[in-house]
Amino acid sequence: MNITTLVFILLSLLAVGSAIMMITSKSPVHSVLWLIVVFFAISGHYILMNAQFLAIVNIIVYAGAIMVLFLFVVMLMNLNKETEPVKNYRLQLIGVVSGGCLLLIILSAIMKIDTQQLVEMKVGDAGLIQSLGKNLFTNYVLPFEISSVLFLSAMIGAVVIGKKD
Amino acid sequence: MDIKSYIALALTLFTIGIIGVLVRRNAIIIFMCVELMLNAVNLLLVAFSKMHALSTAAKASVNYASDAQIFVFFIMVVAAAEVSVGLAIIVMMYRNVHTVDVNFLNRLKN
Repeated sequence: MNITTLVFILLSLLAVGSAIMMITSKSPVHSVLWLIVVFFAISGHYILMNAQFLAIVNIIVYAGAIMVLFLFVVMLMNLNKETEPVKNYRLQLIGVVSGGCLLLIILSAIMKIDTQQLVEMKVGDAGLIQSLGKNLFTNYVLPFEISSVLFLSAMIGAVVIGKKD
Repeated sequence: MDIKSYIALALTLFTIGIIGVLVRRNAIIIFMCVELMLNAVNLLLVAFSKMHALSTAAKASVNYASDAQIFVFFIMVVAAAEVSVGLAIIVMMYRNVHTVDVNFLNRLKN
């Protein structure tokens, strides 16, 4: 087993285990922190595939901005274990069983495909800032500008929804 | 690395997100599970882009393999906008109902 496979398996176990801890932990603050661990593991996967720009953006935007926003909201509302909603164990069991069935069915369908396609690891310039930037500002410059309008409308929407009236 | 192992990993993360949406009653945690599903899709897009970089068509054109990573970038942009509006809605709901339990959001039912 070479080192790339070992790192892949370690990062995958970290991501899946932290995701399971996220949906099972009682306190919302612990859930937010476990989700940050998942995002760091996914960033590790990006670095392993030499998608450096996306790895950095994933850490800055998701772990840095979005999860801090979640943490602010959780702390603003003073949520903890006592305010956690009451559980219905029968519905929980149904949810877990149906989700597991979905996973098993799609996984078995995908494992039946006899493809030998490999993923390029650790090399390649498709994910470097130079090639991504050239592509973004030539072919995708219109969606890039439209996304700024999207951000403006989202900001106005958040202010309008959140203000006291 | 085989593409199938990346498909299996992304599928597992996506299913954990689905189970979280089905099981949890806390609106913030449901929202976080949606973020987890978006990230699973992002991981799969990057894996497919790097799979495509090995093909012969990718050698001819420079932009061929980086298109999928541009899509991931736009998914992140839309997710950031979505989170700001969604968290504003959740804060507004907490101010009105004084809980984040989604079971109490049944006013449209009757």
